[in-house]
Amino acid sequence: MLKETRKKLTPVQQEYHQFVKGREPKRPILKNCLCAFFIGGAICLLGQLISTFYIHFFGFNEKTAGDPTVATLIFISVLLTGFGVYDHIAQVAGAGTIIPVTGFANAISSAAIEHRSEGYVLGVGGNMFKLAGSVIVFGVFSAFVISTIKVIIKSLGGF
Amino acid sequence: MIFFWAFVVGGIICVIGQLMMDGLKLTPAHTTSTLVVVGAILDGLGLYEPLIKFAGAGATVPITSFGNALVHGAMMEANKYGLVGVITGIFEVTSAGISAAIIFGFLAALLFKPRG
Repeated sequence: MLKETRKKLTPVQQEYHQFVKGREPKRPILKNCLCAFFIGGAICLLGQLISTFYIHFFGFNEKTAGDPTVATLIFISVLLTGFGVYDHIAQVAGAGTIIPVTGFANAISSAAIEHRSEGYVLGVGGNMFKLAGSVIVFGVFSAFVISTIKVIIKSLGGF
Repeated sequence: MIFFWAFVVGGIICVIGQLMMDGLKLTPAHTTSTLVVVGAILDGLGLYEPLIKFAGAGATVPITSFGNALVHGAMMEANKYGLVGVITGIFEVTSAGISAAIIFGFLAALLFKPRG
């Protein structure tokens, strides 16, 4: 909880807050990090294998192979999400499955599947980006700001 | 050798994410959003491209590469058309990721029923 909001609480609430804090199970940070490292690393390794496959058999080069690799990983992730396997892996891996693009695909497909009962337009279409939308919004806006700064620096004769 | 570095660098980026979630108590959405912005800034400074050369998929698979790709597309068009290019080019490189996610996500919603 943020410090400013904590100040507004009554003494009883503050006491309760302390109580909850004491009871909260300690997060096993080291174990979580190891799981995230190995599973996240394994997903990237799989990505590297797929991209090597595209380079050797479909004539992509090292630069262009990134796009089909990402698309393939997304396909695998959506499939695993649909069969309910991805959530089981995510429980162990934590950030190891959230940080790679597979986590992005999982967020989109699980939201789409979950809201299917509300109909295809309002449910699936409207909720698809419920979880993943923030990534796109912040990514696009920060990219816009950074590119604009770069363009301005360039036009002023820098770099 | 690239396989080894893909594994290690990808793993390290995931550990950074895990530390943000556990240490700073951020939600997954906050973590991924922050990492995308970090990726965009790194590409703005010209540091992400060398990382991709070094680690391959270890740098392109984590979500940080999404920010990198957004800046990359915007700069590619900006070099041709100036400031207007920033708007028209922003999705140029990331098209594969976003369209694949939308198309497969929608197909999944057609095929699978929610569980639990």
